[in-house]
Amino acid sequence: MTSLTSEGPMRTDITTRLKHHGGLVALAIILLFNIVVTPNFLQAQTLAVNISQVATIAIVAMGMTLVIATGGIDLSVGAVMALSGALAPLIFLSDFGTAYPALGLIAALLFPLVAALVCGLFNGVIVAVLRVQPIIATLILFISGRGIAQVLTNGNLQTFSNPEFSYLGTGKILGFPFQGWLAIAIACLLFWLVNRTVFGRYLLAIGGNERAAKLAGGPVRSVKIGAYVICSVLSGLAGLIVVAINSASDAARNGNLMELDAIAAAVVGGALLQGGKAPIFGAILGAVIIQLVKYTLLANGVEDEVALIAKAAIILAAVYIQQARKE
Amino acid sequence: MAPLLAMSGIKKHFGGVPALRSASLEVAPGEVHALIGQNGAGKSTLIKILTGLYRRDEGDIQFAGQPSFLSSPGEAQSAGIATIYQELNLVPLRSVSENVVMGQEPRSFGFMINWPEAHKRTRDILSRFGIEIDVTAPLGSYSTAIQQLVAIARAVSMDAKLVIMDEPTSSLDSSEVEILFGVVRELKSSGVSVLYVSHFLDELFQICDRVTIMRDGQTVGCREIADTSKLDLIAAMLGRDADEIAAEGLTELAGGKKAYDEIVLDVDKVATGPRLTDFSMTLHRGEIVGLGGLLGSGRTEAARSIFGLDHTTTGSMHLNGKAFKPSEPSEAIRARIGFLTEDRKAEGIVPHMSVRENLTLALLPSLRKNGQIDLEREKKLVSEFIQKLGIKTSHMDQPIRELSGGNQQKVLLARWLATRPDILILDEPTRGVDVGAKREIQAIIRNFVDEGHAVILISSEFEELVEGANRIVVMHEGKAVSELTNPGITENALVKALAHHEDAAT
Ligand SMILES: Nc1ncnc2c1ncn2[C@@H]1O[C@H](COP(=O)(O)OP(=O)(O)OP(=O)(O)O)[C@@H](O)[C@H]1O
Ligand SMILES: [Mg+2]
Repeated sequence: MTSLTSEGPMRTDITTRLKHHGGLVALAIILLFNIVVTPNFLQAQTLAVNISQVATIAIVAMGMTLVIATGGIDLSVGAVMALSGALAPLIFLSDFGTAYPALGLIAALLFPLVAALVCGLFNGVIVAVLRVQPIIATLILFISGRGIAQVLTNGNLQTFSNPEFSYLGTGKILGFPFQGWLAIAIACLLFWLVNRTVFGRYLLAIGGNERAAKLAGGPVRSVKIGAYVICSVLSGLAGLIVVAINSASDAARNGNLMELDAIAAAVVGGALLQGGKAPIFGAILGAVIIQLVKYTLLANGVEDEVALIAKAAIILAAVYIQQARKE
Repeated sequence: MAPLLAMSGIKKHFGGVPALRSASLEVAPGEVHALIGQNGAGKSTLIKILTGLYRRDEGDIQFAGQPSFLSSPGEAQSAGIATIYQELNLVPLRSVSENVVMGQEPRSFGFMINWPEAHKRTRDILSRFGIEIDVTAPLGSYSTAIQQLVAIARAVSMDAKLVIMDEPTSSLDSSEVEILFGVVRELKSSGVSVLYVSHFLDELFQICDRVTIMRDGQTVGCREIADTSKLDLIAAMLGRDADEIAAEGLTELAGGKKAYDEIVLDVDKVATGPRLTDFSMTLHRGEIVGLGGLLGSGRTEAARSIFGLDHTTTGSMHLNGKAFKPSEPSEAIRARIGFLTEDRKAEGIVPHMSVRENLTLALLPSLRKNGQIDLEREKKLVSEFIQKLGIKTSHMDQPIRELSGGNQQKVLLARWLATRPDILILDEPTRGVDVGAKREIQAIIRNFVDEGHAVILISSEFEELVEGANRIVVMHEGKAVSELTNPGITENALVKALAHHEDAAT
C-alpha cells in the first residue's frame, strides 16, 4: 500500500522500484548467475544443501528482525548458538542421558533452549531495564557466551551418533529438510505474532516511537525483553540444528559470525535499523540471498575471506537502499 | 512590482488522491504574506512543492524572475528560500549549536568545524530572540517552544530572500509570539519576504500584508489584510456564509451544565522534582479545570505527575476517594485517565503506523480476543471515530505521517476518547487545528465533560481557558499559586494573575 501512496521526495522510478523489490531482484540475479556459471547448480542435491543451511540463518534472522524492530540489535546470537549446541550432546551423552535415552533426548532439546531463554532474558533486562545500549548490552554475551560453551566442553569437539537427535538437522518430510519445515512454521507463527497480536502491535509501536508507545500505556520493558528472549530461543534452536547436521558440536565454530549473517538477512529483508518494521518473510528472503551468495562464492572457489567482503558489500547496499527509502 | 514568487496551476496527487487541484500563490518582495486554509487544504504540500521536497504533477513556479525547478530543500536554501516546516525537522539528540549551524558550519583550516565559533554564532542568533540557553546541551532537552524558536532562528539566520514559516507560533506563548513578530517585522524592513501559515487568524492582522486562502487543494482567494475581517476569512476558508458563522460564536467550550459536587481527583502538595515543587488541585465531575501559567511554570510536569510519568516525591493524590500513585502510564490508563501530550511528533504519533493502528494504540489491551487483536471491532471503532471527528484521511490504513497536521491531532484525540476515560488531561488540544475543527474539538470536549467526566486543560490560548474552564489553577515556578473561578474570569484577569506572580518573583 505504501508503494502507492507514499510519494516522498523525488526519486527516479528505478530506485522506487528497487527499494520495494530490491530483495527479489537480487535473488533473481543471483539465481540466474548461478544457473549460468555454477556447475551442477540446478540439482536436487544442491537445493537440499542450500535449504538445510539456509534454515538456520533464516531462523536466527527472524528473531533478529524482532529485535531490530524495537530499534535494538543482538550481537550474541552466534554465542547463544554455540552455548545451546554445546549443552545438547553434554546432556544426551551424560550418564543420565545414556541410562534413559528418551528422557535424555527430551532434556537435550529442552534444556539448551531454556539456557538460551535465560540468555535472552539477560540481554533484554540489560537493554530494557538498565537501559544500556543494545550493541553494548549484547556484546557481553557475544564475548562470554562462546567462552562458557568452550569451558563446558573443555574446548573439545564432541562427536556423537544419535540418529533421533540428528533428525533435527538431517530428517526429511516429503523430501524437504525438516529444518526447512521448521523455519516455515516459525515464520508463520511469528508473522501472526507481529501482525495480529497485541504484543506485535506494541513491538512495532515501540520501534516506531518509543515515547508515544509508553505514553499510550505500552509495556515497553516487557515487550523489549520478549523480543530478545524470542531471538535468543530461536538462536538456541539454530544452534541445535547445526549440531544435529554435523553430528558433532564444536563450541568454537558453531554460530561463528552468525550475528553478521542474521543482521544482513534482516536488513536485506527490509527491517529498518531504526525500528518500527518487522518483515518476517523478508528475513527469510534475506537469509536465502545471504546463503546463495555464500554458496556461489564457495562453489566457484572464492576464498572465505573474500566471501566476507561480499557479505559486507551486501549489507552496505541494503542499508544504502534503506536510507534512500526513508522520509 | 514584479512578484518575488509566483506559483500557478499547481497540481499534486498522492497515489491517485488529489492534494492540490489548482493552487496558486503570489508573494511580493518585502511582503509578509499569509497562507490560510482548513486542515488538509494543502498549505504544507504547496510549501513542500516550492522547496523541492515534493515534485509537482503540473504547474508553474517563478522565483526571483526565473522559472524554478528546485528539487531538494538544499537547493531551495541556496536559492534563497529558508523554511521552517510544520513538523520540526531538527535533531533532538544533537546540541542546539549543531542544529542551528547544520549545513553551514564555520570551519578552521577548511575542514575542521570551529566549535567555539559555532557556539558563539548560535548564541548571537538566539539572542535576537531573547533566548539565553546553554547551546551545547542537546536540543531535545528543551521545551517544544524553545525548539520551535531555534528552528525559526536557524531559518532567519540564513540570509534568505523568502522565509517560510509553517505554523511557527503553534507552541509559543504570547511573549514569544511577540518576539517572533519583532523578527518578522525586521525581516520585512530589510526587504525579505515572509510566507506565514497559521490558524491563529488574529495574528495575521498584526503582521501580514496580504492573505491567500486555500480550500480543498485550491486557491480560492487573495486579499489585502486591511480590506478583510476575521469572519470574512473564516467564511472563505470554510466556504460558508459569514453571517451564519457569526451567529454561532467562536468557541464551543463555553456553556455546559454545572459541575457536580463529587470530587474525582484530589491532588495535594505534590512534588516530582525541581520543575514541580508544590502542586495542589481538585477536580470535580463535570468540570474543566484549566492550568494557567507561563512556559516552564510546571503545567506539563503537573500533568505528567498525574499520569504516572514522573514519580511523586512528596504529597499525595486521591482518585475517586482512593489513594492513587501511578508509577506507569498504563496504570493511569487503567484508572481511566487519558493524556493528550503537547508534542505531537515526539510523543504522539507513530509515523510508520496507520491511522487505525495509531488510533487504537492506547486501547489495545481491551481489543484482545482469543489471544489476538479483534480486527473487526477495531475497524468498526476506528471508522466511527473517523466519522465523528471528521478526520480527513483517504482510508484508515493510510500511514498517519501522510495526514495533515491538524488531522493527526484529531487522531490522537480519538486515541484517548476511544479508551472511554473518566479524566482527560489535554495539553494544547487544539494546537494546529483549523478554526472549524477547533470548534468541533471543543464541542467534543464540552460534550465529554457534560457526560459527567472531567478535564484538565492546558492551553496557551487564553481565550480557550477563560471561556472553557470552570476554574483556572495558576501556576508559577512549579507551584500552584492561586485559583480563579468562573464565571467572572476575563482574559485580563488571567493575564494579571500570571503577571502578578511573575513580578512578585523578580
Ligand atoms: N506524503 C503524503 N502522502 C499522501 N497524502 C498526503 C501526503 N502529504 C499530504 N497528503 C495529503 O494531502 C492533503 C493536504 O495536506 P497538507 O499537509 O498540505 O495540509 P495543510 O493545509 O498543511 O493542513 P494542516 O493545517 O492540518 O497542516 C491532506 O489530505 C493530506 O492527507
Ligand atoms: Mg500543514
